[in-house]
Formats: sequence, structure tokens, C-alpha cells
Amino acid sequence: MSMTTEATINELAAQKYKYGFTTDIEMEEFPKGLSTDIVRLISAKKGEPEWLLEWRLKAYAAWLKMEEPEWARIHHPPIDYDALYYYAAPAKAMPKSLDEVDPELLKTYEKLGIPLNERAALAGVAVDAVFDSVSVATTFRETLGKAGVIFCPISEAVREHPELVRKYLGSVVPAGDNYFAALNSAVFSDGSFVFIPKGVRCPMELSTYFRINARNTGQFERTLIIAEEGASVSYLEGCTAPMRDENQLHAAVVELVALDEAKIKYSTVQNWYPGDADGKGGIYNFVTKRGACRGRNSKISWTQVETGSAITWKYPSCILQGEGSVGEFYSVALTNNRQQADTGTKMIHIGKNTSSTIISKGISAGHSNNTYRGLVKIMPGASGARNFTQCDSLLIGDQCGAHTVPYIENRNASAKVEHEATTSKIAEDQLFYCRSRGLSEEDAVGLIVNGFCKDVLKELPMEFAVEAQKLLAVSLEGSVG
Amino acid sequence: MLEIKNLHARIGDAEILKGVTLTIPDGEIHAIMGPNGAGKSTLSYVLSGRDGYEVTEGEVLFNGENILEMEPEDRAAAGMFLAFQYPVELPGVGNANFLRTSLNAIRRKRGEEELDAVAFLKLARGAVKQLAMKEDFLKRNVNVGFSGGEKKRNEMLQMAILKPHLAILDETDSGLDIDALKIVAEGVNTLRDEKFSALVITHYQRLLDYIVPDMVHVLAGGKIVRSGPASLAQELEASGYAGLEAA
Ligand SMILES: Nc1ncnc2c1ncn2[C@@H]1O[C@H](COP(=O)(O)OP(=O)(O)O)[C@@H](O)[C@H]1O
Ligand SMILES: [Mg+2]
Repeated sequence: MSMTTEATINELAAQKYKYGFTTDIEMEEFPKGLSTDIVRLISAKKGEPEWLLEWRLKAYAAWLKMEEPEWARIHHPPIDYDALYYYAAPAKAMPKSLDEVDPELLKTYEKLGIPLNERAALAGVAVDAVFDSVSVATTFRETLGKAGVIFCPISEAVREHPELVRKYLGSVVPAGDNYFAALNSAVFSDGSFVFIPKGVRCPMELSTYFRINARNTGQFERTLIIAEEGASVSYLEGCTAPMRDENQLHAAVVELVALDEAKIKYSTVQNWYPGDADGKGGIYNFVTKRGACRGRNSKISWTQVETGSAITWKYPSCILQGEGSVGEFYSVALTNNRQQADTGTKMIHIGKNTSSTIISKGISAGHSNNTYRGLVKIMPGASGARNFTQCDSLLIGDQCGAHTVPYIENRNASAKVEHEATTSKIAEDQLFYCRSRGLSEEDAVGLIVNGFCKDVLKELPMEFAVEAQKLLAVSLEGSVG
Repeated sequence: MLEIKNLHARIGDAEILKGVTLTIPDGEIHAIMGPNGAGKSTLSYVLSGRDGYEVTEGEVLFNGENILEMEPEDRAAAGMFLAFQYPVELPGVGNANFLRTSLNAIRRKRGEEELDAVAFLKLARGAVKQLAMKEDFLKRNVNVGFSGGEKKRNEMLQMAILKPHLAILDETDSGLDIDALKIVAEGVNTLRDEKFSALVITHYQRLLDYIVPDMVHVLAGGKIVRSGPASLAQELEASGYAGLEAA
């Protein structure tokens, strides 16, 4: 890169995080640190049944015996789990209707571009807004209810639909699955619950917007989506957090279940605060996302655009059990400054004629490190299974790193696994070509990066694709080069 | 008006342009011919502001303004356009999107109103038709998988839409068949008016049958070694460049 390019990239990287404000609101917090008492307190606060408390306590006991995983290409000072708050929620009781939601909160979401007022809302999108540890509002519940769709905070689902929650919770990601999933299982406070009954196409996009506000508070949300036979749903999550100097922990679990012929499309635009240019602050994002294609010809599709967080550790996966089931993973991971991302997917082929597609686009700028880590596993029974993997890395500047770690385990001779990988830089001639056509250097980089990500962005619902494009450009600010 | 005065430029340690002096008044088209490696492309890059070229002496004025200090995008906004000898591929970037982004960036810089999608498409479709290209041209990614001829036509499409005051065509005719050549020439000729000027770099006199230049210059060894009227091109075609470098 030329000197000017380098300089522009650096300016771009220094650009301000737009969602870094804090909300001043009275909060209820439990004491710092983690213990069985805290787990009991969370469970009691939510008025949970005994079985769920037991489940949490078991997870907590398992977690105590586990070690933080060390295999990912990420580095951070040890996390002091006793210095965190595990529950923080706006002090006022959960409102019964949108009219009762604290105006400060409504303002917060408005500022984030997520109006919760149904009249002002994005057409055709129902939103569950999770603020720190609780859901503060869910829109369009009536409209959805008429279609038989359940979309509510998971804490409410535990009370209103205990049989469904009990049947499916932990059935895809068991409580003791891994260190962070165990922690989440012990202390999860809220998240979204979606149930699409047999044969129903969800009439609107569903969306959850996660906002971390409180200081020193971990966010541990839990999402559970079930699509019964022939049902389909498209779900989107977005997330932001204030700019704070200390790191904050986010350890979520998402479980998806697709029965026969069901389709779940799960899209994420992750924009947690990434820390400043020197790597100070930012969210530690340790997330377990997994979908089970239990039924015949079921399909689960993950699309993620990851631009935020100081550290991203995340591998949305598919267990392809049903015959002819399909798993997809489309990912854009962009790191800048000192960000670290270790992300990818696991496609576990169990059923016959299962197929999976992995398209991963990693963009590294500044001093960041970006790793794709993926596993394609074909079990002996998965005759006729197919996988196609494409991993492309784009480097901006020469201080950053891109790594591709694909694991393939094929135990069925009739399976076909294809893997392609490329690494490239934004070429000087591409930038000059764009600039000679009047584009500024930042706009040129934005255009080229968006072009690089096109195969993934086109998988996003339209409204969000535009948002994601802008986000990519903004996230690169200060990085051009 | 473009005024190049005693321009010296180097790439790394190698001096490529060794004192180029050339004036193109508004409304005129000048051709530059010369052997491979003479510095023709280098001149076009220096004029449009590519990084990596160091100007060690001389100046370039465009409408009286010193452009050597300007960023490439500002030169584009000032009305300069370079049709690349080797147009660049932009994977995943749609041609229409690129054109519109480019046009609006320039309009913004000039304080003009941006074109909305509908108005732009109308403009682009018209230009595509005029250049005898298929409409799916707009949907394809910029230059990706284009044939050599398609790439050159795409440069002409951009020129038609951006409507520059000064167009520099760097061997746009190379590799084109006669029909494509005529289309390129027509693209330039339709822009011709008392304000428009062009610097047409070519190896072959052939193009100059269709774009009749006001002047022909020969660039060899980093200098203009001969200048003359359009007929100079025919003369060169017959005799070649041999001996000119020494002149
Ligand atoms: N990037 C570069 N680095 C070093 N030398 C170069 C570079 N580009 C061009 N040159 C040299 O500069 C001279 C002029 O090249 P160029 O301007 O492309 O000539 P032309 O377009 O007239 O064929 C040639 O000797 C060529 O080898
Ligand atoms: Mg050349």
C-alpha cells in the first residue's frame, strides 16, 4: 500500500463507534461474582420451575470443573469471573404493553435505529428488545399470535409454555457442551423464544436486538427457535454496546431445531463495541450457536456479518441428521485495529444425502487477526453427503493477519467434499481505478470490500443487507490502505 | 486547456519522462504515438495522479490549475478521465453500481445534485445502447470475465456517462476489431465540442482515421521527439519509429 493509502486506512480505523452512548436508567443488579446463590437468585427472580433451577445448578457444577478453551487464535488477559455482575435489569417491572416501556429505553432503541413503537417500526419486522439481562419489549405479538407463532422473551416462555421449553432447551447445545455454554446455562437471564407450529410460514421477519448497557455486567442470553414440520422462519439478531474502557463479557447460546421440511434462516449483524484503536475496551464475544436439522429435508442457514467485539469466538454449526437436510453458513468477519476474530462453522453430516455450503469472507485491517476455523465431518452413515467450502481472505495493509484452519473428517467414501481458499490484498490498481473515477479512497475500499462480501450479503434480508454494507464501510474507517 | 511543461517523472530510480512539453487547447484532440516502453502510459498515470510516480521537475496545468498536487478523485471531479490501457477488475462490484457511485461522487464534489436510481438507469441504458452493448453489461461485475474488447468498451461507457472535459485514451484501440474501433471513435466524436479535449495514445494510425486529431506527437525515450498534423500518423505508419529516438 502506498503511504497515502496507509494513512487513510488509519484515519478510517480511528472512526468513532456510533452506538457508544450509555443509557442513564435505574438498574437492579445482583451482587458481583458467581455462586450457587447467584444462580438460585436468578432463577427465583424469574419465577422458574424447579426443573430449570436444577438444570442451571448442574450446568454451574459442570462449569466449575471446566477450563476456558485455549485452542482458538485469540489472546486476552484472564477473565475474572468473580468481578462480573451476572444480572442487571432496569429496575421498573417488565411492562405489560409497549405504552408502559420506560421512555429512556424507547429513546435508546430509537437512537439505535430500532423504533419499538409498532407504527414507526420497520415494516414486516417484529422485534424483541433485550436490554442487559432482560427483554424490555416485544413488538407485533398479536399479529404473530394470530398465525400461531410464539415470539416472546424466553423467561416468559418458561412460564407460559414450559412443556416446549423443557422439551427443547439444551437439546441442541447441552448444558455442559463447552465452557461458555455451561456458564450461559447456569446464569442465562433472557433471550428470545420462537415457536413456529406445523405448516406455518412466519408472516414477518423476527428480530432480536441485544443491547449491553450496564458496566461490568456479563450478558448471557439464550435463544431457542423451533420450527415444526413444514414451518419456516427468518430471524435476525443485532447487537451493540456502549464504549467502555474495560472489557465486557458476552456469552450467548442459540439453539435451533428444524423438523421435517422446516426451514430456519438465522442472520446476525454483530456490532458489539470493538474497543478503541489501541485495543482498549470492547466486548469479549464467546458464543455457541448450533442448529439441529432433525427432520427430513430440513434446512438451517446461518448468515453472519461480524464487525464488532474485541474478541469473537463463534462457530454457528449445523447437525445434519435428517435425510436430505441442508446446512448453510455464510459469513463476513471484519477485523480492524486490535480486534481478534476466530470464527467459522461445523457441519456434521449424519443423515443420507445431506449437503452443506460454507462461504466465509474474512477481512483484516489494522493490527487485527482474523481466523476462519471450520469442521466438515461426514459420519459413516452419511452416504451421498456433499460439502462445498469457500474461504476467502482479504488483507488491508500489512500489519494484520488472516488464517484459515479447515478440518475435514470424511468417513464415507461416497461423500464429496470440496474446499477452495484464497487470500488477496486490495490491489493498488483497484484503488487507483476507483479513485480515477472520482471515488475517495475510503469509498473505494468500501466498494471493493462490499464486492468481496457480495456472496454473503445477498443472503441477508434486504433491509439488513443495506445496513450491513454501511456497517462494513464504517468499520473500516481509519483502515484504508 | 491542458498544459504540460517540461515534465520529468520517475518510477523508483528510473527516470521515465525526461521533459515532456505539450499543450492541448480546448476543443482539440491530440494523438500520442510512440514505441513500446516510450513512457506513454506513464504520462497518462502521472496526469491522472497514480501513486508511485514521482514528478521531479516541471508542471501540469489543467484549465490554469496546477493538478499535480491534486488527488486522483479531485482530478476526476475537475473533469479528467483516463481510459485505462488495462482496465481493472472489481469482483462483486456491479457495473451499474460502480458507474452510479462514480458519477454521484463527481457530482457531489462539484456541488451538483446526485442522480437517483431511476434517472441514472435511463442515462446508463441510453449509453449502453449507443455503444452497441448488451444491456446485461450493466449487471455484470466491473470488467470481471470481460473480453479484451468488452473491457475497452466499458471504459467508453464510463466516459460517455462521466462526460469529461479532458479524456486520455491509453491504447483503447488495441485488440479491437474494426466495428469496435468505430464505436470507440464515435464515443469520442460525440463528446467533441469547443470545451472538450482529448489525448489519444495509440500505436496504430488506424484509429486516427476515425478520430481525426488536430495534432500528432511522437513520444520516444521519455520526450516528445516530433509533432505534426494528422498526416504525421500516416508517415509514421509507413516508416516506423526507427531513428526517432535519436532525434
Ligand atoms: N511500475 C514500474 N516500475 C518500473 N518500471 C516501470 C514501471 N512501469 C513502467 N516502467 C517502465 O517505464 C517505461 C515506460 O513504460 P510505459 O509508460 O508503460 O510505456 P508505454 O506505455 O509507452 O509502452 C518502460 O521502460 C517500463 O519498463
Ligand atoms: Mg502503455
